[in-house]
Amino acid sequence: MGFGHWDLFRVIRNSTMLLYFFKRLFNLVPLLLGITIISFAVIHLAPGRPAYLKEMDPRISLEAQERLMKLYDLDKPLLKQYLNWLKRVVRLDFGNSFVDGRKVIVRLRERLPITLLINILAMGLIIGIALPVGIISALKPGGLFDKWTTFFVFLGFSLPAFWLALLLMLLLGIKLNWLPISGLRSFDHHQLSFWGRNLDLLKHLILPVSVAAFGGLAGFSRYVRGNMIGVLKQDYIRAAYAQGIDKKRVVYKYALKNALLPLITILGLSIPGLIGGSIIFESIFAIPGMGRLLYNSTMARDYPVIMGGLVIGAVLTLLGNLLADLCYAWADPRIRYE
Amino acid sequence: MNKLILFGISIIAVLVLLAVFAPFISPYNPQAIDVENILSPPNRVHILGTDSLGRDLFSRMLYGTRVSLEVGLVAVSVSLIIGVLLGSLAGYWGGRVDNLIMRFVDIMLCFPTFFLLLAMVAFLRATIFNIMLIIGLTSWMGIARLVRAEVLSIKEKDFVRYAKAMGAGNFKIISRHILPNALPPVLVAAVLGMGGAILTESALSFLGLGVQPPTASWGNILMEGKAVIDIGWWLTLFPGMAILVTVLGYNLLGEGLRK
Repeated sequence: MGFGHWDLFRVIRNSTMLLYFFKRLFNLVPLLLGITIISFAVIHLAPGRPAYLKEMDPRISLEAQERLMKLYDLDKPLLKQYLNWLKRVVRLDFGNSFVDGRKVIVRLRERLPITLLINILAMGLIIGIALPVGIISALKPGGLFDKWTTFFVFLGFSLPAFWLALLLMLLLGIKLNWLPISGLRSFDHHQLSFWGRNLDLLKHLILPVSVAAFGGLAGFSRYVRGNMIGVLKQDYIRAAYAQGIDKKRVVYKYALKNALLPLITILGLSIPGLIGGSIIFESIFAIPGMGRLLYNSTMARDYPVIMGGLVIGAVLTLLGNLLADLCYAWADPRIRYE
Repeated sequence: MNKLILFGISIIAVLVLLAVFAPFISPYNPQAIDVENILSPPNRVHILGTDSLGRDLFSRMLYGTRVSLEVGLVAVSVSLIIGVLLGSLAGYWGGRVDNLIMRFVDIMLCFPTFFLLLAMVAFLRATIFNIMLIIGLTSWMGIARLVRAEVLSIKEKDFVRYAKAMGAGNFKIISRHILPNALPPVLVAAVLGMGGAILTESALSFLGLGVQPPTASWGNILMEGKAVIDIGWWLTLFPGMAILVTVLGYNLLGEGLRK
């Protein structure tokens, strides 16, 4: 096999991609370190422990205070505390839960899949709805469809997601009794057939996924609209029209491709919001995910779990952003040379 | 003045009046328990109904208005102080200072905000002041980025160069010449931020981690309403509408100012 122009092109393309990848990976280090420093600072928000903790919450026993002191070496100098803590965090050792004594990382790991599942489904729903809505509004800015969606976007930005959850619960769950309003399984789950069980799970997921998706819907459809309007004004689109290329082809083939690129980054940026929102919908719908675990841990002041969740949540976001940036760089070679 | 501004301002003005004159308008003491009228639906005596302790919902919501408006104002002030300070430092000095501050912003943006809020609440006492403080501490990053970008473009303008040539100090240049010109977009962000802060407080209070009962906030009324959601729809409907209208007011005003 010869080493033609095409192969040479691929080698260069792959090597700049690899270079970009390592550059981004290297940049990750200070960010990860920063995440641990800020998380560590949160532990020190409580002034004058441990007497303060006792005063704040009388339920905290003397024994729990001692465990807290020991876990975070609170009697040692600040730098030593941080380094000791960091050493354990690097090995993903966040200590044991105060509530049930199990390892924090194990508790978080078993809760993670359901939270990821709901968030991924929600993201799919956001894209599935916001994409066509944004495109149609962009085709006729100021038209009837655009005016109505603008109105709904405004409403969407102002509506508290947890209130929407309550209204849906009230209407679809309680008044009409169409959908289950809590948990992931019905009482008779184990008696159902394979398909019955999946259908049951699906029914339980409809409300949480809708509420999780709701938060991103308004913003994402605005971005699609904005990008699309911007791209449709570009010279190469006008040139395509001038050449007499079919209008649909211009919009969906040439314009859409370029309007979608920046959205990869937006999706990446929306990850912390989605993960953060899981606390709200998981506690409303009693979904046994990471958000609910963190909520329960906060209520019980289970500090090891809270700190573990905080660090893991931030690291997941960081990795999500990295993934989005890599996808973008892969799709748009201009990025890699900057 | 455009329609959006007018509409937004009227909503906020009405809310401010309701909040200021809450003691005169509210028909009942918001904490007064009326055991004979527990969970009564909206009627002529209690126009929005009562909660599970027989307290008047309308009166409680009026006092909740105070909490919401305060939270919006104080939380945004905190995030403005931090954001403007760090943003102008980064934009004006550039180089290492800029690099350090912007990495700090990147790191803060990695945290799912609600996780960070929860962790902070777990270590602090849930007083109204603390809630406002931590909402501000977790929401200044957008403002810092905005201010930095504005400062970067303004500091190259001729009038800033002139001031520098006339021997004005750095502090004077930033506070007298740069920041006033960066004000409009920051104002928009601040107004939109108030709506965001009100949403966040209501969500925290709804989860029982924000403003603590018996002090009434729209969020904690909703929390108490959730326990009786199947028999007391009014406890879920009205406070939520109050939040929606308030946040809508700020968003309309912000959007109007942007234009």
